[in-house]
Amino acid sequence: MRRMLLVVWLVPLAVALGVLLGLFAGPGWAAFAALPLALAAWGWVLLGRNWRSWRYAERADDLLISRGVLWREETIVPYGRMQLVEVTSGPVERYFGLAGVQLHTAAAATDARIPGLDPKEAERLRDRLTELGEARSAGL
Amino acid sequence: MSGAREREQDDARAPARVPPSAADDPAREAAPPPDGVPHPTDAPTPPEAAAPHPGSAPPAEAGPHPESSVPPPSEDVRERRLHPVTPLRRAWAPVAILVGWAFHDPDGTQRRLSELTTTTLALGATAVVVGGALYGFLSWWFTHFAVTDTELRIRTGLLFRRTAHIRLDRIQAVDVTQPLAARLVGVAKLKLDVVGTEKKDELAYLDEKHAAALRAELLARAAGFAPETAREVGEAPVRNLLHVEPRMLAVSLLLTGAPWVLLVAALVVPTFLWLITHNAWTVIATALPMLGGAFASSVGRFIAEYDWRVGESPDGLRIDHGLLDKAHETVPPGRVQTVHVVEPMLWRRLDWVRVELDVAGSSNSVLVPVAPRALAESVIAQVLPGARVPAASELSRPPKRAAWCVPVWWHGYGLAVTDAVFAARHGLLRRRLSLVPHAKVQSVRLAQGPWERFKDVADVKVDTGANKTVTARLRGTAEATELLRAQAERSRTGRREALPDRWMVGGVGG
Repeated sequence: MRRMLLVVWLVPLAVALGVLLGLFAGPGWAAFAALPLALAAWGWVLLGRNWRSWRYAERADDLLISRGVLWREETIVPYGRMQLVEVTSGPVERYFGLAGVQLHTAAAATDARIPGLDPKEAERLRDRLTELGEARSAGL
Repeated sequence: MSGAREREQDDARAPARVPPSAADDPAREAAPPPDGVPHPTDAPTPPEAAAPHPGSAPPAEAGPHPESSVPPPSEDVRERRLHPVTPLRRAWAPVAILVGWAFHDPDGTQRRLSELTTTTLALGATAVVVGGALYGFLSWWFTHFAVTDTELRIRTGLLFRRTAHIRLDRIQAVDVTQPLAARLVGVAKLKLDVVGTEKKDELAYLDEKHAAALRAELLARAAGFAPETAREVGEAPVRNLLHVEPRMLAVSLLLTGAPWVLLVAALVVPTFLWLITHNAWTVIATALPMLGGAFASSVGRFIAEYDWRVGESPDGLRIDHGLLDKAHETVPPGRVQTVHVVEPMLWRRLDWVRVELDVAGSSNSVLVPVAPRALAESVIAQVLPGARVPAASELSRPPKRAAWCVPVWWHGYGLAVTDAVFAARHGLLRRRLSLVPHAKVQSVRLAQGPWERFKDVADVKVDTGANKTVTARLRGTAEATELLRAQAERSRTGRREALPDRWMVGGVGG
């Protein structure tokens, strides 16, 4: 989806830049329009790597989420600490048939979300997590 | 859940790709979120916003009494009102505004006053007095509170009604504060800390004795005493743990850097500006905030932290302090999320420390403003039962290569993990050692940027329930990964052994 956004924004930018420069500064300058295109290609590769880096594992007592290529981050949330599990899906996500799961603990800094899941899997995960959370719930 | 499923989860340690190929479990009906969600009290506002004019008539004589519109109390719970002085609590505000306006623009004030005829003046004054008195009285009239077996109910609001039901076992702390004016009249304000609410619910004002009794009752019930006995338990006995002498406090504040830096800045920067601009207003505009900051961080702190006492009682640690405004706070021991031991550079030779706390949903932050280390550690042992503050020699430094990531300050970083706490230190001049009990860890994170990866170091972050994160910076990658797993494991087991929320039921009783 982010790839899509990337293409949606950068390709028109490239076209607009090419046309404007071609009109006002001569055809030679229009070559600069290739810049956004190159950016788009590079971003395409980067996002692919980023997408592949998202992993999650339901372990016996906690959920592990690992993500990022250059800025790596690994989060462990014990099931007993979950306060709320959310399944979210925006209009664009829905168009592509995707949904995200967001976990909330008592700490706002816990940034535990799993984006881009199959809606069925997201619902299964949500139910599974709530069930596990109930079984292991603890106070603050 | 079935045992087979559990084992299956045990085996499922290999991370799954996003999104996994198939959902192996039919979607069930959405279960309610796990328990332990703090009781939501709707957007908390102060019980009332009375802004009567000074010199207003006593509330009892103002306005019609809309007795019929007061709904009868539900059940047989006795509802109570606040102290009748309450409508006057914001009396100073209009005076301050008028005085400020007159002071700001003396000529204009004179002109305006001469323009007004006696009649309009009298009319205006009457309208303000009557209106203010009426509003203050009505908002007081419509504010009720009641204590039931499980809840504290506050009903308030003149136009916009609001009913807050606060579950007693979610109360983190109850503070009694007495601003200077309230001390003169003999009333006090009760502040309630509840997890998950931004702002404190207050009961202002109550009779002094009444406030103390109510606090004792609320705390006893929050701690799990039976409702019948809660009232008789009364104020729990206090054993004095620590008293900060005014002299020690003054010396410690003189040895703190911040006021001096601000004072020097307040002298240097305006002089510099004067040389450049020769504009008196710019100079005043920059000097005043700086002087204010210097004042607040020295004299202001002295006034607030004067006569600081920490006492131990069965319902938590009692903190009493204040020179002009008195405050009595209670810190329930089981609800402390993080303890910080702060050590400014100049205090180090005297071996003094300052102890700060993070309590979920509470703004209480200082436990001990200044104390010798041994004494402070004994107080910490009360707050974190079973924990011990690791000595400086026990802290392990980050590896040498960390110097490439954070040049000088890496010397200040340190980490120690004991049976009970995760302790991370940072700061070079002003050292700050943060202790998180394993049982209070909400989630554990490992973060690593590209440069850090090149140098083979990573940060381990521990999130606590007070929305604070304690970071052990720049550990070796292998060590950090190991730490991440071990910490998750420790916080899980630590939670199982942790004290129950109703800490008094366990036999400590007063």
